[in-house]
Amino acid sequence: MQQQHDQTPRGRPHIDRRLFLTGAAGATIVVLSGAIFHPQEAWALETKNLKPETMRTLIKLARDIYPHDRLADKFYAVAVKGFDEKSSDAAMRNTIETSIAELDAMAKAAFGAPYADVGWEWERTQLLQKISATPFFQTVRGGLVVSLYNQQEVWPLFGYEGESASKGGYINRGFNDIAWL
Amino acid sequence: MAGKFDQNDASVVVVVGSGAGGGTLAAELALKGVKVVCLEAGGRHEMEDYINDEWASFAQLAWTDMRTTSGNWRVSRDFANLPAWIVKAVGGSSVHWAGASLRFQDHEWKARTTYGEIAGAALLDWPIDSAEMAPWYARAEDRMGVTRTNGVAGLPGNNNYKVLEAGAKKLGYKEVSTGRMAINSAPRDGRGGCQQIGFCFQGCKSGAKWSTLIAEIPKGEATGNLEVRPNAYVVRIEHDATGKVTGVVYFDKEGREQRQKARIVAVAGNSLESPRLLLNSASTMFPNGLANSSGQVGRNYMRHMTGSVYGVFEKPVKMWRGTTMAGIVQDEARHDPKRGFVGGYEFETLSLGLPFMAAFLDPGGWGRSFTSAMDGYDHMAGMWIVGEDMPRADNRVTLSSAKDKYGYPVANVHFDDHPNDVAMRNHAYRQGAAIYEAVGATRTFPTTPYPSTHNLGTNRMSENARDGVVNRWGQTHDVKNLFVSDGSQFTTGAAENPTLTIVALALRQADYIANQMAKNVI
Repeated sequence: MQQQHDQTPRGRPHIDRRLFLTGAAGATIVVLSGAIFHPQEAWALETKNLKPETMRTLIKLARDIYPHDRLADKFYAVAVKGFDEKSSDAAMRNTIETSIAELDAMAKAAFGAPYADVGWEWERTQLLQKISATPFFQTVRGGLVVSLYNQQEVWPLFGYEGESASKGGYINRGFNDIAWL
Repeated sequence: MAGKFDQNDASVVVVVGSGAGGGTLAAELALKGVKVVCLEAGGRHEMEDYINDEWASFAQLAWTDMRTTSGNWRVSRDFANLPAWIVKAVGGSSVHWAGASLRFQDHEWKARTTYGEIAGAALLDWPIDSAEMAPWYARAEDRMGVTRTNGVAGLPGNNNYKVLEAGAKKLGYKEVSTGRMAINSAPRDGRGGCQQIGFCFQGCKSGAKWSTLIAEIPKGEATGNLEVRPNAYVVRIEHDATGKVTGVVYFDKEGREQRQKARIVAVAGNSLESPRLLLNSASTMFPNGLANSSGQVGRNYMRHMTGSVYGVFEKPVKMWRGTTMAGIVQDEARHDPKRGFVGGYEFETLSLGLPFMAAFLDPGGWGRSFTSAMDGYDHMAGMWIVGEDMPRADNRVTLSSAKDKYGYPVANVHFDDHPNDVAMRNHAYRQGAAIYEAVGATRTFPTTPYPSTHNLGTNRMSENARDGVVNRWGQTHDVKNLFVSDGSQFTTGAAENPTLTIVALALRQADYIANQMAKNVI
């Protein structure tokens, strides 16, 4: 019987060839000729269906929804990449583009800058509270809770050890090693 | 489909479902020399196929076919099409269960008598009692290799258990142990001992945990009397002009309609699918559904009063290491109305991996409150609370307007918490948090119930035909060669995890069916 890792619609995303190394230098995500670049973390992401500016905002939005200061932007980029893929569907693309444009308009009205450029997380979170009941927000949050936390690469950053059967379980590897009680 | 038994062989017993109830019944009948065809909607995955990865395993094993929900329970809001976390595979939810094997307390067989009239509840005494079930429990415990019975040693406690134990004892609780578990503490009955792998919910890869897939079905198959037919999705039970059932209609893996004739049909598709199957089998003779002259099919759906408490500590716990349900506190399981509710509940350790913790800690939650909790993941201990919930006539499985891919209505699951459930849950949240605070938790989380794992009571057992669907043997009041063999028989839910009782009832039912067949009564 084949394992079904690859058949699950909720399977974890992988960084594919579109997320490649670049030699540029700088601090934040920049948009350049149809792609987004992260000079500090040395990766780039070419969008297929969404505007690169939209993808940049989605990455910011993803971090604001599930802020973990110890996680690099690349994990959030991987987590939202699926929305670009799903946006081959016109209705999905329209929902995301329209919703991000509305969010930017709200941000400009309230703080004088598009969403991704608003300075404080609490300011951006105020905006998210206002849209938290919308299907757009629910779709993004509901996808992210799987696509962010189901990346095996993030597990060690939370201390989670994942699969153990191939290592013989924990019977000889500390299942009862707690020492502070 | 070339099976072991011919589809026109009307001498076989057809068991629908291969979980704790159906798988046990099928194997036990085969051991008694009865020919059995067990039809399982899901595929067959052996233990080496199981995956130590929560979402991947969920995709492999879980029942994700469409269901709908209604009612005020939070599951209906957060997981509208996933009311239950149960398995669609050979072995059913015995592949997924944690292994806790507790007998009902004596009074729990007589909830109506013990608790009295409770407004808004449809309490009823079981037509059987503790004395009648004692020998069947003993057989089930031996069969399953339950720890702390029959001289089987208890399991060692893992980190998560040690935190629970220390906190519970500081609080003054006395009945604290690694519990009675159908997980081998040492090799027994051809199965290995627990390797403390974790991932008990994803299917045990060491074979230490009892499941019908690994422990019962192979024994039945070895007799030559049992055929388990996977990917056989039963949609309808058929009957003749006298009202006796004659077989079932199912769809095979290729989506082709098939028929299997039968002398007896036993339904064990879990408390959501079993009533759905009876309701979808309505005919001119049985316009409200099969075995439903009482109108009780689908009613009194119970899911146990559940919830979880997680605590974060200054130092690491690593709760995922080892047995998922590694220990229990039983002091609150008693019936003591002075606490503000009838019935009782248990605390049992529980851990989720990081991916499921994110999905279930606070469904819908986001922002710093949520992520700072997740940041404490490796410093967390976790417990599940499980207690008796009240049967209610309107908490029920009905046929939804939504249809499955074969055109049959899916199950709609309606559930409203009874005030007794809410009072018990709040008590358990307070006491659970106190357990962790007693050993230094800096933060605790009262986590909402997950999609239901203990689905009970939708074809309940009753002395009188008007009050329920099946009699003391799980035989339907209306159709004598139609049986119900899963947790949907439960008259009331008790505080204990239901699997041991389901297995004990299945062993007892097998005895009854074999005797009735031998006497040619059915």
